[in-house]
Amino acid sequence: MTQVSYRAAFGLIVKRDLMIAFRHRDDIINPLLFFVIVVTLFPLGVGPESTTLSRIAPGIIWVAALLATLLSLDRLFKSDYADGSLEQMLLSPQPIFILVLAKIVAHWLLTGLPLILIAPLLAVLLHLNEHSYGALMLTLLLGTPVLSLLGAIGVALTVGIKKGGVLLSLLVLPLYIPVLIFATSAIDTAAMNLPYNGQLAIIAAIFFASLTLAPFAVSAALKVSTN
Amino acid sequence: MMWKWLHPYANPEISYHFAGKILPWCARLAFVFLAIGITWALLFAPADYQQGDTFRIFYLHVPAAMLSMGIYLGMAIAALSSLVWQLRLADATAAAMAPIGATFTFIALITGAAWGKPMWGTWWIWDARLTSELILLFLYLGVIALHNAFEDKNLAGKAAGILALVGVINLPIIKYSVEWWNTLHQGATVSKLGQPSMTADMFWPFLVCFIGFAFLVTALICLRFRSEILNRNSMRPWVRELVATEEKAHAV
Repeated sequence: MTQVSYRAAFGLIVKRDLMIAFRHRDDIINPLLFFVIVVTLFPLGVGPESTTLSRIAPGIIWVAALLATLLSLDRLFKSDYADGSLEQMLLSPQPIFILVLAKIVAHWLLTGLPLILIAPLLAVLLHLNEHSYGALMLTLLLGTPVLSLLGAIGVALTVGIKKGGVLLSLLVLPLYIPVLIFATSAIDTAAMNLPYNGQLAIIAAIFFASLTLAPFAVSAALKVSTN
Repeated sequence: MMWKWLHPYANPEISYHFAGKILPWCARLAFVFLAIGITWALLFAPADYQQGDTFRIFYLHVPAAMLSMGIYLGMAIAALSSLVWQLRLADATAAAMAPIGATFTFIALITGAAWGKPMWGTWWIWDARLTSELILLFLYLGVIALHNAFEDKNLAGKAAGILALVGVINLPIIKYSVEWWNTLHQGATVSKLGQPSMTADMFWPFLVCFIGFAFLVTALICLRFRSEILNRNSMRPWVRELVATEEKAHAV
């Protein structure tokens, strides 16, 4: 029996998840399209005045990012659970922590990163204040991994349930509130040309706390779900 | 030591009868305390010099708000002990507590709105405390929904327990973030909700009311705990026996 090192196991799972996703490209593109369409709806609903739009732009972009992440969360464990490969992974000799972290990293690469790349474009559409772009990018960079990490807990809890979709949003969205608050307040502060390191530091703290704690919760939840 | 004392209560049958024994006492005490406390608070306690008689909703609102948070903490402790020590019954306790906690959160929100209307002239403001109470309600509803979604109640208890623990870690973060958010966005916050420094003749009725509500909560938890146990053990012989004797008693 050959021993696979932790790092190799991590790499293998990330690679596998990325490869599966690239073979079903819709799974990557659809949440992004959702993100773009939701953001487009707001000017149509609120009115095209640029002052109003630039005032509410941070909130719109972040709320749309939350919802887009939520939509994409299903991919994290659902198909692996359905075809039984999740159980095989849980039975592997490597710690579940590594497996879970690898799957979350792959998820972030496939949803968080594209969101960050497309966000400046949407910010232009919403007339975001020009001082705020740096803050927008930094908060997304620190915040979207948190969304993937906390979302993974919700998915792990609901993966065994048939109609888990609506339930998932009920479980996960309240947990997203702190990130939303600090991210939008950082962007607002940046628009006033004030330093926003404080908010960024707190988002970073939330990121590291969830990076260390969430995989444990996810593995406990997966054990319950796979029973 | 403690384990030896606690050990018999890991048996659902013994716990069921124990909860049945303390239930009537808690119910009686709750009735006595609430009857005294509410009469005292509504009729005899002095009216607030600024808010007049509207202030009296305080005697319902504040105990509900305090208990809504206390029950969440209790639920998380039960969930932790079920995860760490694999106590099956701790799951049942947590499951019994969630709907009661949600109800008290809802009561706190409704009475808060009813208090806010005459005081602030609006049913709802995005005050930090109100907002975090609303989010607490969402967390409760998530736990309840997750518990309902599982067919197997033992699995449901474990899953809901994990969620309750994640929630209890998040709760302080949410609370502080909401407070910060409010002060950042609105500048001057309405701090009317801050505990008014009370005189003794307002404090005592409040304390009696609070104890009454606490006993009420305990009684309700016992009641729901018993039905949770029956639900989970419905195939066990002792439950069938219990049902048979009940039926016989009703048939006569």
